[in-house]
Amino acid sequence: MTATGTRTGRRMLGVHAAAVYGFFYAPILLLVVFSFSGDRLVGQWGGFTLDWYREFLDNEQLTAFHDGAIWTSLKVAAVSTVVSVVLGTLAALSLERFRFRGQRVFDALLYLPIIIPDVTMGIMMLIFFSEAITFADTYLGFEFAKGLQTIIISHIAFNISFVSVVVRARLAGMDDRLEEAAMDLYATRWQTFTHVTFPQILPGILGGALLALTLSLDDVVVTQFSAGPGATTLPVFVFSLIRKGVTPMINAVSVVMLVASLVLIAMMLLADGLRAEADETA
Amino acid sequence: MGGWRRVTAIDIPEADRVTPEFEALAQRQARRRGFLLALPAWIYLIVFFAVPFGIVVVYSFATRTSRGGVALSDWNLASYERLGEELVRNVLIRSLGLALLTTVICLVVAYPFAYFMTTLSARVRNLMLVFVMIPFWTNFLVRNYAWRLILAEDGPWNTTAEAFGIDTVIDWIIDLPGWIAPDFLVGWLVDVPEPLFTKLAVILGLVYSFLPFMILPLYASIERIDGALLEASRDLYANARQSFVRVLLPLSMPGVVAGSILVFVPSLGAYVTPDILGGGKEVLLGSYIVTQFGTARNFPFGASLSVVLMVVMLTATIGYFRSGGRNL
Repeated sequence: MTATGTRTGRRMLGVHAAAVYGFFYAPILLLVVFSFSGDRLVGQWGGFTLDWYREFLDNEQLTAFHDGAIWTSLKVAAVSTVVSVVLGTLAALSLERFRFRGQRVFDALLYLPIIIPDVTMGIMMLIFFSEAITFADTYLGFEFAKGLQTIIISHIAFNISFVSVVVRARLAGMDDRLEEAAMDLYATRWQTFTHVTFPQILPGILGGALLALTLSLDDVVVTQFSAGPGATTLPVFVFSLIRKGVTPMINAVSVVMLVASLVLIAMMLLADGLRAEADETA
Repeated sequence: MGGWRRVTAIDIPEADRVTPEFEALAQRQARRRGFLLALPAWIYLIVFFAVPFGIVVVYSFATRTSRGGVALSDWNLASYERLGEELVRNVLIRSLGLALLTTVICLVVAYPFAYFMTTLSARVRNLMLVFVMIPFWTNFLVRNYAWRLILAEDGPWNTTAEAFGIDTVIDWIIDLPGWIAPDFLVGWLVDVPEPLFTKLAVILGLVYSFLPFMILPLYASIERIDGALLEASRDLYANARQSFVRVLLPLSMPGVVAGSILVFVPSLGAYVTPDILGGGKEVLLGSYIVTQFGTARNFPFGASLSVVLMVVMLTATIGYFRSGGRNL
């Protein structure tokens, strides 16, 4: 596309774009500002304070080592990311590099967790776990309850799909003649994978892992329906706090979550730069 | 010629020759390898996604027992018949309307923005894209909560609106004759000074949440249009409006369709936004489904509502791929 149109038209478009950015960023900035506000009422300025951050750090339910919401969130995110990166990358390899029976069904099944609304997925997991608990109790003779494990299971179920989409995009963009050349030069399949394929798709795997981490740390709805009384993640805990009534401490927790998001975004952009670099040297 | 000689098929030892049988074997092996690589994810998704999915569908045909359990012996369509009840129909219509309105607002806001981006240099464009992506990646709950602050009583929105005397302006509009200010418009306007826990706040939150979903595909499809076509239309004396309606818009249709679906589907199933910003006052499909599994304890009915939501979503997704969404 090239520029067409009058100068006033363009100026109006520029003002509109600026307004859109204002709309995107003003709420985030205001949130940060109000997290330092001394007023008990949220959304009002009452002088600078760090009290809410202190209250946040002192909150056992949030920060207690091992079973605080923050630790639960980190554990869930770490485990679900590692598992879904392995499974998702294998799935991506199989779909991009091989032809096998049932491939199209697999492909469709892999897309579903991405497009399904999270309320529906949450309900699915809720019913599934309650059925599974009864089933295990009556037929297999062991008991389990919803908790950390069930949250992790749900998160892997949606993260596999996101990882595989990202890795597949990378594989599709990679020249498969490189792999053929390696094998022509008597590299075994394993050597080809470790020396050619893997270094090439590593930025994709990294991108997929960061996406999985982000989604896992963000999720409220699916987690809420997979969690038991024993384990709560940070977003679910914050969501229940908001529903009970807004307090300034939520502002502080929100800003902490915001910073976590921004760190992940920065890493993602870095991974993106890495991808561009890898493409230049290839 | 020295030691160099032409290698002919005859010189290759029998075992190394590529025969049709060998090719078939290699293909079979490749197929098995592909299948084995896919297997762990296959098994995982079948057990922890396809099976739960199936259970929800099965539940939707079951019957609620008097104690709020599920009778798996009495199969019927009662849960689907309830969709015709007036209360349920109202929830569905309200959700569809709100999701549609969100989509239209996103489209109107995103289109000029995406178009403007395509007219800039590659460097500026990429930078702008990054700054659209950042809110998109930022924690969803936090982004919605931020609006709760802004719209809070005596918060930034409230005080600004008062400072500008919005109240008087709105009162003045309400007093206008009905043909200038129809009831539905007035219904929206009265909430402007204090929008928290009204549908206005829900729309605001949904637009804020999903606007990037509209901008990105629109940008991708407009960027691909050959600018010479627009210039040609202007050379042939089309005015700005004509060249937009007859050239730019039709050519960017794949982006419009893709973006609309990407906004419409999550808006329809939204649960967090209506809860935080609507205060649960505006009952929408997402929260209505959740209620069936909570206080109402009617699992079969909740399951049938979920199935309806899934059908809408699947239809929309197929439309998305048909419109070339996969390439965007």
